[in-house]
Amino acid sequence: MTAVGLGLPGFPPRAPDGVGFLRGTESFPEAAHHELANPQLRRNIAKATHTIREKRLRVTGELPDWQALRDTGSAVKVDTLNRLPELLEQFEAAVVARGGVVHWAADAIEADAIVTELVEATGSREVIKVKSMATQEIGLNEHLESVGIRAYETDLAELIVQLGHDKPSHILVPAIHRNRSEIREIFLNEMDGVDPNLDDDPQHLAAASRKFLRHKFMTVPVAVSGANFGIAETGTLGVVESEGNGRMCLTLPQTLITVMGIEKIIPRFADLEVFLQLLPRSSTGERMNPYTSMWTGVTPGDGPQNFHVVLLDNGRTAALADAIGRQALKCIRCSACLNVCPVYEQTGGHAYGSTYPGPIGAVLTPQLTGMTGKDDPNASLPFASSLCGACFDACPVEIDIPSLLIELRHQKVEHTGFGPEAAAMRAASIAMSSATRFALAQKAAGLGRLVAGKKGTISTLPPPLSGWTDARDIPAPPRQTFRQWWKSAEGRAAIAEARAEASS
Amino acid sequence: MSSRTVILGRIREALVDAPPTPVTVPREYRVDRTLPDAERIDLLIDRLEDYDARVYRCDTAHLPAMLARVLTDAGARRVGVPTGLDESWLADFGGEVVVDGTDIPAPDLEDLDAVVTGSAVTCAETGTIFLDAGPDQGRRALTLVPDVHVCVVTVDSVEVGVPEALARLVPERPTTLVSGPSATVDIELERVQGVHGPRHLHVVLVDQAPPRTPS
Ligand code: SF4
Repeated sequence: MTAVGLGLPGFPPRAPDGVGFLRGTESFPEAAHHELANPQLRRNIAKATHTIREKRLRVTGELPDWQALRDTGSAVKVDTLNRLPELLEQFEAAVVARGGVVHWAADAIEADAIVTELVEATGSREVIKVKSMATQEIGLNEHLESVGIRAYETDLAELIVQLGHDKPSHILVPAIHRNRSEIREIFLNEMDGVDPNLDDDPQHLAAASRKFLRHKFMTVPVAVSGANFGIAETGTLGVVESEGNGRMCLTLPQTLITVMGIEKIIPRFADLEVFLQLLPRSSTGERMNPYTSMWTGVTPGDGPQNFHVVLLDNGRTAALADAIGRQALKCIRCSACLNVCPVYEQTGGHAYGSTYPGPIGAVLTPQLTGMTGKDDPNASLPFASSLCGACFDACPVEIDIPSLLIELRHQKVEHTGFGPEAAAMRAASIAMSSATRFALAQKAAGLGRLVAGKKGTISTLPPPLSGWTDARDIPAPPRQTFRQWWKSAEGRAAIAEARAEASS
Repeated sequence: MSSRTVILGRIREALVDAPPTPVTVPREYRVDRTLPDAERIDLLIDRLEDYDARVYRCDTAHLPAMLARVLTDAGARRVGVPTGLDESWLADFGGEVVVDGTDIPAPDLEDLDAVVTGSAVTCAETGTIFLDAGPDQGRRALTLVPDVHVCVVTVDSVEVGVPEALARLVPERPTTLVSGPSATVDIELERVQGVHGPRHLHVVLVDQAPPRTPS
């Protein structure tokens, strides 16, 4: 059993509660029920996830060395985590040598304070922002707002979310739950100076955002960004995007503040040759995204002349302290696992209550925040999955999300006992049962990865299989050797039996 | 204690309490690929056009005429260039040529109809042009603010794949990777071209010798 960090001495602290967006107000099953009642949302999400999924398969299939790239990507990230202190120090030295300033933020509260102080030092009451999950995680916009600084999201989807007083629902396409007529409404109601005759043609909606933000790009003197990677060897940072709003924010203002999770480091510049192949193809299903910006400190006469990077912990060291859980820190936020997840497809991103939705959110969020008791909404997240394994197969850095979910379920049960997870499992299965495409066989594929208590047997299965386990316990597969168990005669027999009984 | 010390301490402790499994990074993916000029360029053209860039080909001698034609067809009258662009390139262009300088405020670049630059290296397999702020490319704002970017790519700067292209970069230079014009899929996943970056990307491929296929 690895340490779980529920108040254990010496365990790194989790992300503080009450700041940022890592915890919803209700458990996954409760939230999922509202979301499931919204057919429009489900149609939008189904369309989006299926489209991206097909594109991804097409462009990953083009590369004969795709699997080799995944193996390298995974190993590079493991190596990074193994050597994180030295790589962070190397990164810091390289940034400083090129005229940048490095700040360290132990948690969201500190990160918000650092950024606020840096913005205030510029005298500006406005900032422009590039889509960044880290700043969403720490609730930066809301914090800035509280001290009278207005943050403008410049990514089209983020702008739609911001103007709609809404929350992102997908890592890559945060406004995917909105359709064009809703977006038109939002623009008409919330966008200063918008043409009242705006129709709902996506071309025209995008043009409206171009017009709205152009002036901001040209006049606001400070930008805040995230980063897709920070290179230890050279201190180079990279942002991957499509619209050019990133380039605007990274190039035109005098001051640039980049907030980056400590796990975003990669060791060498040459490692980009792996991640610049893995990320766009997994993310948007493109061979390459339209724009990628890379910069190193300050370049005289080109781009921001004041550059700050804020390195963020906020629960990441707690995830790192768990030998199994730390895998989640390999994530490059491509969102492929969301697009293949049958549960996400039914519930959308809001049900997860966190900046990080979908399969990766279900394993990353509870690790960043901890699971503080049986009523903690985040304690229900490891159950928000059918354990079908599609996320693992899609992940460009080979994060074994199903095993992580099992591990977190163990931890949850060990520390808070059985209880809400039964309901949580039911929610996942309700989501599943409306996914008619998914055959029972696929559900059964997840059977071994279900709740097992200390006695090492599986005693709770989601309906319609719960009746089966009421009557008898089945042996739980050893936590880290699910694949072996699955292939064994015993595993096959158990699954076959469950399948037969469930369909009878 | 500074947060730097705190965070580094937490990481070190985490790695002591849950010791990492050492890993050897496998490198089995393709590197050092080469393809004959014709195949490499065909691949590049296919990828550029797939992302809605307009592609033109000519040899060095015909570059000024080609650029003049492309700019005129794009309706450009006022054209920005970086300080290090070969002056002869725009010799045939009849409109106004503005040489960029760091004293020109970025918003003024909006008055340019188009910008003409060179490029550092290009990846055929992904249709990606790498700009590294070299003298023939200029500062990043120059290729960002104007609505039309005409980018000259020489055949010998085209590499097959991402690893080969990246190997030719100087990491510390501010670098922009461009794959087609600005685009978004944020509304119902429908691709819309041209949001904040240039809405039109014209790529002029330049051979040393006359082109094998007519453009
Ligand atoms: S867990 Fe893997 S598939 Fe999911 S977002 Fe992260 S890198 Fe992508």
